[in-house]
Amino acid sequence: MKAKEFFGKGISKIKNFRLTRRVFAYPYVLFMLAFVVAPLIILLVNAFLDTEGGFTFDNFKSFFTDDVSLRVLGMSLAVGVITTVLCLVIGYPVAYILSKWSSGSIIVLLIILPMWVNFLIRTYALKSIFDSLDVTLGIGTVIVGMVYNFIPYMIMPLHTTISNIDPSYAEAAKDLGCNSVQTFLRSTLPLSIPGILSGVTMVFIPTISAFAISGMLSNNTVLMFGDSINLRFTHQLYGTGSVMSLIMLAFVLILNFFMNRANKGEAPRNVW
Amino acid sequence: MVKKIAERGYIFLILALMYLPIIMVIVFSFSGSSRFTFTDGFTFDSYVQLFTAAPQKLWDSLVNTVIIAVVSSVAATAIGSVAAVGIYNMKPRSRRIVENVNQLPIINSEIVMAVSLMLFFATLRIENAYVRLILGHITFCTPYVVLSVMPRLMQMDPNIYEAALDLGASPVKAMIKVVVPYILPGVLSGFAMAFTISLDDFIITQLTKGASSGVDTLSTYLYSSLRTAGGMRPYWLPVFSIIIVAVVGIVLLINVRSYKKEGRKKEKNNEKSR
Repeated sequence: MKAKEFFGKGISKIKNFRLTRRVFAYPYVLFMLAFVVAPLIILLVNAFLDTEGGFTFDNFKSFFTDDVSLRVLGMSLAVGVITTVLCLVIGYPVAYILSKWSSGSIIVLLIILPMWVNFLIRTYALKSIFDSLDVTLGIGTVIVGMVYNFIPYMIMPLHTTISNIDPSYAEAAKDLGCNSVQTFLRSTLPLSIPGILSGVTMVFIPTISAFAISGMLSNNTVLMFGDSINLRFTHQLYGTGSVMSLIMLAFVLILNFFMNRANKGEAPRNVW
Repeated sequence: MVKKIAERGYIFLILALMYLPIIMVIVFSFSGSSRFTFTDGFTFDSYVQLFTAAPQKLWDSLVNTVIIAVVSSVAATAIGSVAAVGIYNMKPRSRRIVENVNQLPIINSEIVMAVSLMLFFATLRIENAYVRLILGHITFCTPYVVLSVMPRLMQMDPNIYEAALDLGASPVKAMIKVVVPYILPGVLSGFAMAFTISLDDFIITQLTKGASSGVDTLSTYLYSSLRTAGGMRPYWLPVFSIIIVAVVGIVLLINVRSYKKEGRKKEKNNEKSR
């Protein structure tokens, strides 16, 4: 009797299957809690631990008072800004021109294709080219390397955004008496801001947190913030390493917040 | 006219610059040296060296790379596809939270992911390098699977599933016969993406494998060769060339196929709207 009841319950559960299809997400939710959320919490905890495992603010203090660390951060931010600006200046015309071509998306695909080759290989190739041209390795070559590595991330979102701008905006601007420069400045450029913000975020973040690229392209004279984080952890300085990772995470979250806000206004594309 | 030529010239220049370094690798893989010089003229020496004199470590690292990529991308595809169905059926609020957390490994900088996983494994005393690497790779691959299955679910007309139930299919059967075939393209492209990302990964692999484990994938072995004096032996250029040709070929193939399909779809839509 009991078995039958149990069985019946089971059947009714299966019958309610449609309503409870969300249980399919639970294993993944648990997985994410374990391998995405928990590691970040451990990182946060480690930022407040001293070497004996006691609570302390020293890690923050030692990072923010250490000239060398701050100089690396400042240098990374500078390289990040220069790289991002160069990517935007070089990449915007590419995206703009290609948005007018019928073969545009194929060419965008061709431009981003080398990105699929591992960055160590591409960086080694670039370094070998510099070597054979007798270019002195330093901050300049690092920036060239960053632009080469990350410009696809700028072109991709820009091309998507610009291609999706309704051409009637530009036509309206022209009808109302704008010349082509004014049309661009007053209609196309403002409408492509969501793409610009996505591109800026997608270039700036990997540049400042880059690992290995700047070392290879500067004979280890220029370090990015990412290299610096890695060095802390290889020297067992978990506390300051965690503090620096949290700073990096803050950059990621802030930039993504602005990016998402800009992209929210975008209506769902081409519904009709 | 001048403007058109300038535009074409600019795009051509950018394309040429993007391809210059990787083409140089292929060209100089026939130079017999690991640097970009042709001192010995055109030769297959490096290729011969790769297949006769390359250290066992290189082949071991290749095997590791493939094993880790296969295991973690299959696992990520399974977890991610099932999860996508679940997430799609969640209530809007919890769905938004889960989707945001799913986004985290994608937007987060790799180095932060890497050190947080490293700390996590160190705290839990998980020592086995393969376990660490496979778990780590599943963590950053699964979100891409979810993101590639989700659009298929959203395109699907829920009436199809209900029609299957009305026609007497059990929910499980309807799931297998209706939902699974419909989302299959998304599952497959998610798998392809997970597999490529796992193969390509360096930063997370380098930091989570554990310094003393001695387990290397191709990218971490390359990195240690780059850092040791005399580690860049001539056989590396043929390795790079083979990787470049394979990667470019595969990505091109996948994209050209999906592009053709999309083109056909667009044509159909245009006919409809007319």
